[in-house]
Formats: sequence, C-alpha cells, structure tokens
Amino acid sequence: MTWETVIGLEIHSQLNTKSKIFSGASTEFGAEPNTQACAVDLGLPGVLPVLNKEAVNMALRFGLAVNAKINQHSIFARKNYFYPDLPKGYQISQFETPIVGKGVINISTEEGDSKMVGITRAHLEEDAGKSIHDLYEDYSAIDLNRAGTPLLEIVSEPDMRSAKEAVAYAKKIHALVQYIGICDGNMQEGSFRCDANVSIRKKGTEKLGTRAELKNINSFKFLEKAINIEIERQQDILEDGGEVIQETRLYDATKNETRSMRTKEEANDYRYFPDPDLLPVDIEDELLTEIKNSLPELPTEKKNRFVSEFGLSDYDAENLTAQKSLADYYEAMLNDGAEAKLAANWVMGELSAALNKNQMDVQDSPISARELSELVKRISDDTISGKIAKDVFKAMWEGNGRVDDIIESQGLKQMTDVGAIEDIIDGIIADNSQQVEQFKAGNTKLLGYFVGQVMKATQGKANPKQVNQILNDKLS
Amino acid sequence: MHTLSVAALSKSLKNKEFSSVELTQHYLDRINRSDLNAFITVTDELALSQARAADAKLANGSGSVLTGIPFAHKDIFCTKGVKTSAGSKILDPFISPYDATLSHKLNTENMVMLGKTNMDEFAMGSSNENSFYGPVKNPWNKKMVPGGSSGGSAAAVAGRLSPFATGTDTGGSIRQPSSLCGITGIKPTYGRVSRYGMIAYASSLDQAGPMTQTAEDAALVLNAIAGFDEKDSTSALRDVPDYTKSLRDSIKGLKIGIPKEFFSDGLDSGVEKVIMESMKEFEAMGAELQEISLPNSAYAIPTYYIVAPCECSSNLSRLDGVRYGYRCKDPKDLNDLYLRSRSEGFGDEVKRRIMIGTYALSAGYYDAYYLKAQKVRQLISEDFKKAFQNVDIIMGPVSPTTAFELGAIKDPVSMYLADIYTLSANLAGLPGMSIPAGFSNNLPVGLQMIGNYWSEEVLLNAAHQFQTQTDWHSVLPENI
Amino acid sequence: MSLNKEQVKEIAQLAKLSINDSEIEQSTIELNNILSLMAELGEIETDHVEPMAHPLEMSQRLREDVVSETDLSEEFQAIAPKTGKHHFLVPTVIE
Repeated sequence: MTWETVIGLEIHSQLNTKSKIFSGASTEFGAEPNTQACAVDLGLPGVLPVLNKEAVNMALRFGLAVNAKINQHSIFARKNYFYPDLPKGYQISQFETPIVGKGVINISTEEGDSKMVGITRAHLEEDAGKSIHDLYEDYSAIDLNRAGTPLLEIVSEPDMRSAKEAVAYAKKIHALVQYIGICDGNMQEGSFRCDANVSIRKKGTEKLGTRAELKNINSFKFLEKAINIEIERQQDILEDGGEVIQETRLYDATKNETRSMRTKEEANDYRYFPDPDLLPVDIEDELLTEIKNSLPELPTEKKNRFVSEFGLSDYDAENLTAQKSLADYYEAMLNDGAEAKLAANWVMGELSAALNKNQMDVQDSPISARELSELVKRISDDTISGKIAKDVFKAMWEGNGRVDDIIESQGLKQMTDVGAIEDIIDGIIADNSQQVEQFKAGNTKLLGYFVGQVMKATQGKANPKQVNQILNDKLS
Repeated sequence: MHTLSVAALSKSLKNKEFSSVELTQHYLDRINRSDLNAFITVTDELALSQARAADAKLANGSGSVLTGIPFAHKDIFCTKGVKTSAGSKILDPFISPYDATLSHKLNTENMVMLGKTNMDEFAMGSSNENSFYGPVKNPWNKKMVPGGSSGGSAAAVAGRLSPFATGTDTGGSIRQPSSLCGITGIKPTYGRVSRYGMIAYASSLDQAGPMTQTAEDAALVLNAIAGFDEKDSTSALRDVPDYTKSLRDSIKGLKIGIPKEFFSDGLDSGVEKVIMESMKEFEAMGAELQEISLPNSAYAIPTYYIVAPCECSSNLSRLDGVRYGYRCKDPKDLNDLYLRSRSEGFGDEVKRRIMIGTYALSAGYYDAYYLKAQKVRQLISEDFKKAFQNVDIIMGPVSPTTAFELGAIKDPVSMYLADIYTLSANLAGLPGMSIPAGFSNNLPVGLQMIGNYWSEEVLLNAAHQFQTQTDWHSVLPENI
Repeated sequence: MSLNKEQVKEIAQLAKLSINDSEIEQSTIELNNILSLMAELGEIETDHVEPMAHPLEMSQRLREDVVSETDLSEEFQAIAPKTGKHHFLVPTVIE
C-alpha cells in the first residue's frame, strides 16, 4: 500500500507591534503577570476595541510579500467559546473576509527540490492569555498579559507532501516574517507557532483523508518529528482497517508521540458573526502602493540573486538567506573581497556552528563580517591552509586579535617553497620504502598516509594541494 | 426646589439662591423617603463631596451651565469606585474600576451624582420588572410599571427625585418609560454618544441619552454628553452643535409624517386620541401633516428580537465568574463554575435572550436568522430614507398603551409586542424622542418623534415649541 | 423551526447555562413561542438586499501603535472573585 501524505500548516505569527491589537496595553514579553492587561484586555463590562494601525500595516506587508490578493474591505468577526484565558468569551478574529486572500510562496528542500506552496489566507486576530496549571494544586492560574496581542494567522493550502516539505515551508515563512520586520520569530517565547494538519490517502486518489491537527510544537525539529510520528500512527490505523478520527492532538516531545487533546477544541460551534463593536476595515490603493514600495528585498528575490550573482547552489543560497542578518553578514564579506563559494562554506560551516554552540545570533558574533572575510581571503591567497584557518578562527573567536596578527605571531603561514617541500617529501619517501612499494602495487589509499607524514613534518604548514601534486609526481 | 428644571436650577445656582450642597441634600432626603425603588445605589457621601466641589467652582465664577446640578445615573454606566450592577445579581459585587466616558463627561462638568438607578437586567425589558433589585413603581400610580429598561431613571425624574437622569435605549428603553412616566427623553442618532463604559446589550442598537423634564433640559445635557470618543470605534467623528441654539426657531412649514402602520388595531383608543390632539397643536403652530407609509415596520419585532439576542448572547459571555462579578460557591470544576455562576447570576429574561441568540447564531441557522434579520433591517432603514425625502419629522405613539399593572404581563412575547413603535428607530440608527402629550385614564401618554440621521436639533426644536404651547410636561404626579 | 428538549439542552450547554429537568419543559415552550415570532421574516423577499451590519456608513478608524495603558493590576485584581500570586484563579483545567 503506497500512502500519500497531505499536510497543511496553520502558523500563528505574533506581530511585534508595541501595543495590543485592540487596546493600548504593552505587548512586551516577560512582564510580571497581569501587569500588561488593561480594562479592554480583561473584558470588563462596557469596554470596546479600537484597531491598531500598525497591525493592519504588518498584515498588508505580509500579503504583498506573498503576492496575495488583498481584501481591501475586510471584516472582524467574533469566534465564540468559553475558556478562562479568553476574557470576553469570544476571540475577535476574521472569518469570511480576511484581510489577506490567496497567495503563494516558493520553497526548496534539502534535496534541492523546489516547489510552490499555496497560501489560502492570512487574517488578523487577538491572542488569548495563558493558563498555568502547575502554580497551584487545585487551581489553574490565568495570566492575561498575552491577551490581545496581535496575531497573523497564516493558513497554507494542503500542498505539502512530506514532513521535510512542511519544515521547509515553515522555515520560509519564519524567515519571511522576520525579513519584513513583522515578527521576531522567537519560537521559544511563542511568537511563532506552527500547527500541522496531517492526513494520508492512497496514492493516486483525489479525496483527502481525515486529518488530525497537531499542536504544541515549538521547534522545526519537533515539527518534523511530530508529523512523521503522526503519519506512522495514521498508517497503522488504516492498515489495520480502522478509521482516523478528526481531532486535535498534542505533540509530546519527550515521548515523541501525539495524544488526543480533550478541552475547548471539542466539537465547538463558534457561532461566527461580524463584530458589531468594529467597523469594516477599508484599505486605500495608496496605502498598498506605499507599503509595497517600502518592502525590503524578500528572501526569494535575495536567494535568486545569490544564485545568479554569486553562483551558489539553490540549497546554499536558501540557507544563507534564511535569516536576513546572516544574509547581510555574508554580503558584507563579499563586499570586502571574499570569494563567494568559500565565504558561503565558512558562514554556513564554522561560523554557524560556533553561533549555535554559543546560542548566539549572528548580530552578536565576536568575529565581524570584515574579519571573517580577511580570514577567507588568506585561504584564497594561499597564505594559510583551510585546516590551519580553523585554528585561526578559534583564536579570533576568543578575541586574540586580527587575522594577520594571529598568523604572524603563531607562525602559521603555509609553506609555499616548492623546493623545501620536495626535500621533505624525498625524505619521507626514503624512510617509508615499504609503503612506497605497496602504493606502487596498487594501494592508492596510502597516499593519505604520505600526506599525513608530510603534514606532520611541516607542522601542517605545507600546502595540501602542492603536497598532493608533488607526491603523485614522485610516486608514479 | 425639586420642581425646577435643569435650566432653572442652573440660573438659581449661578444667582446663589441656594447652594449645590443644599440642593443635593434636598434630593437625597426625597430619595431616602421614597418608596418608588428607583435607585439601586444612593451615593450620599460622594454626591455631597461633588456638591461641595461644585459650590467652590460656582463661587469663583468658573464652571459650566451644568455645574452643581444633581442627576440620577442609570446603573448601566460604569462609575469608578461605585457599584455598577446593570440591574443584575451577576454584577451585584462589581465595583467598577473605571468610569464610562459618559460618566467622565458629567464629572468634568462638576455635576452631582445622586445615585445609580434601577433598570431591567442588562437593559432587557419594557417594565423594569426584570431587575434583581425588585420592580420600580410608576410615580403616577404605584400599582403600575414605569416602563423599561430605564424605569428607575424615568421614575426618578417623574417623581422629582432628581432634576434629570441618564438612560439608554436599545429598542425603546428611554422613549417608552419616558412616555409611561410623562417625562421627556431622547435617544440620539447611533454613534452620537460614546458607548465606552456603557454595559453592552446589543452593540449595534444601544445608545445613551438624557431623560429630563423639558426639551430644553435635554438639549443642555445632550450638549455635554454628545461627541466623538476615540475609545469607541462606533462613535461618529462629527461636530456637536449647540443643541439649545435652535430651540426657539419657528416650526412653521415643518413637514410631519404620520405613519399609517402606527395607527392600527393594537393601539389603545385613549392613547390614539391624545396623539391626534397633539398633532393638532403642531398644525396650529404651522406644521404640515401628511400620511406616510413605513411598509416593513411590522417586521421590526422579529428583526429586533433576533439581532438583539444574537449580539447580547455574545456580549454577555464575559460574565463568567472568572475575573469580576458573581462567582458561585465552591465550584467543583471549570464547567461547574461557568454553569452555576451564570445560571445563578442571570435572571430569566436574560437567559431567554441568551438562549435565542445562541441558537440563532449556531451552525446552520445563521443565514435563516441573523443574516436574514440584518437584511430586513436594511429594508426598514430604506423605508425611513424614502419617508425623509418628503418629511422632516415622523410622529406617532411611543407605546400602544399607557402604563400597565405590575405583574400584568407575564408572557414574554406579549411584552415584546408592545415595543412595536420604538424598535424601528434603533434598527435604523435614527434619533427618537418622547415628550409628554397628555393623559389617558389618568396616566401619561408620550408622543414619539423620529428624525433623520443627526437631526436632534429638529427634534428638540419641535419638542420645545410644543412645550411652549402645552403644559403636559409641567403636570406633576400627586403628592410630589 | 421548532426546538425539542434535546436541542434546548445543547443550546444551554453552548451558552454555559444550566437548565434542570424541571425547567426544561417550560424553557422549550417559551423559546418556541419566541421563535414562532421570527417565522414572519420568512415572508419577505430579501435575495437582493445587503445585510445592514451597522447604521453608520463608516470605516474602522485606526489607532496609532503607542503604549497608552499603565499597570492597574492591583485595582483589577482587587475586584476579582479569586486571585493568587497575581493570577486569576479557576478550578484546575486539564488539557
């Protein structure tokens, strides 16, 4: 039985406005509980919502960035249900006429495949507060600081066919919202939340299978795992002759499994109707033009430019442009004269590894773009080998000075004197006659052994390319 | 003192004939002696301290025309530090932490709040019999209802327990009690007065307005409370004229439309007689009467009784016992908390309307009910638009009968049917007024006037002119 | 459209109102009486009529994105039925 997976993602992106979508309370993260919940956020009797201009602008930025149809007349609707973190007993959201309509975005996977994923819609809504269940034994504690924070809910078409595609899409949207400055993308703090709708069907059929909605996923790694474990679960059920139930399931990262969620989401009739406290949002053409003109170069454009201008692979370009700050860092290196491919390897390799290990953002890197480009240039001009460069990188990271100073003080310059290298090679050939015979007999792997010996003798300063070339000449 | 209008009181205070403190104490004494049950909360100490502050302003010649004037405030408006119950057990414990914009505006004038008046719970009712705090009595006949939902406010003014009161009108709740109690009341155009801090019943229909002894007083108060409020998205960005300026204009040539649909079977003959007599007064002043038709007006009842319950079923969801108000004792789990707090906290009429609204909005019924009602609402508005192409003002009865006996109407539907003449103005968002026009069976009869959008001046002018020619607004109940 | 007792119970559950068995009969009758009032609307033709959501023909006004509210948590929690450690408390919710 060949199964086809169908995945759609619902992403809730917290817009980083200063104040809430319908009130003037602050949206700053990490405040003491309930200190940023004003009368409107608390749903006191008699309070009324007033719409935040910046939230609208941010939604429009997103819509324009994904080439979506903008609904210039959109309506806010009430989604009615009872839950203690929902103060009014309804969430102000958008139902029939969301501000952003159909759009599309291009994604590429690790394997290098490129694909267009449709965006069904994106709409504005308010976030709920938080329920904390472990503060008291007999009570759940409600913090309403988050209530009223603006959210942009981005709904994809069910166009993804694997967990990897879903992750690629999520990462793309994640990069995009940061690029256009509407969201800080902080998944740990909950500013960017992904829910996955997963179903499977027999390959070749049109009809969609019953889907499960997966929630409580706060990293791309877990997104991939959750989807894959869910696909397995659904396959097992169907292969046993059972039926998949439409439900919401929570992902448990420690057990790597999904379990059914029984609460507010249970068979709820939300009784959507247009919110009578708000009027229709009418967007003028002029505003759209203004916003369109103010958009920065978008990730896809930048990626394509990196491919065409710098000759990078799709995959490399995708990774470099995933974060605007990383892309800017890289381009600064190139502006300084670093070679494109080599610079790309170093940014995605040593630099990213060091940043990840120290849980840093590229903006906080102790090695500036200019300094890293210096290092890369020293490899390109054969001053040092790639291997030695790694040591120099470590020294720079620790703040031991600039590239040339480190190379000088530690005497790391590559040996380029061909004569000297030849002499050393002659010496090693003479001392290792057994291996020489085996090599000539056909054990070509031994070349590595000879190279190793030369490197040892030169304390790693011989130019590997030259060493290889000379050895090959002499041993043939 | 208590038979003086706001305008007269204002002059007397300025002329130092008496102080605001004396005036306030006088009203407080009357309130404390009264058995009308017009007030839920009497704010003695607050009132006297506000009166003292007002007297200070009057002494140094600052202050406005309303400074030092006492008023009764419908308990639907949030008042900071003062209990705000909306007539309901579920808000009985609620001391509002903030002021409604309207409350704030009256405070800014250095007025004196005597207390919060009784009302039908969450403004749902036409007799003030739906209050957690007991029914209000009509000062003209204490066996009768004062009307609702602003029954406490109407009784307070009619019984001269206060020179004027604030009210709200969603389906007639200012106009109908004004009519039944023989006072003047105006519901402004939707969006004229801020709804911020006014506990919501039906958001697209609610409006606040003054309930007074005279049209002139209504104009004075409307001047103070009308205007744009940035906290209310449905508040109109529109200048407030001086409503007192055009009161004395002649109404010669004023075109008055009389809807034939308002004079059908259900209308009590005694009421009809009074209405027709008052029309003659207008004719005598030079106005021109013509018959008009509002063909869809009969549908106002089913339309209103879908739209209002739908909106209120959602508006009242915030009353859940979690963050304020009544919470049931020892809830065993969350569902129990919700069910018992709400069921114990809400009265029967409120629960009925929440149920109707919840049903009408539920899956599969939205199109047939809510959407349909909003379409009929459009048709009702269009009837008015057509009518106002030919007339300046529409006049007719407010209520099919005069005040009825407490407890007489037990069937909810029968109560709803009595709203027939007032509902359309709310559905269309038009301004409407009720002025005392005479008596039938010794009970007051109000004349309704409905104007075009933003034509409060026209209404007030016509009302004032009527009040210069007639005396109905000066007649007092016995033993006042 | 006439409701039966089961439907009335479901509506009550959605609205978080409890109706016990002794009340359900009366409630059902009352609600059905009110609903029969609504049936009249079926008579009117409204196919080409726009629904009127608002009496005002206005667009939503937009507010500048500034923080204008201060911390009033103490006042707000002073009127709450049950609080603890600066939170509003409800019986434990199991997710």
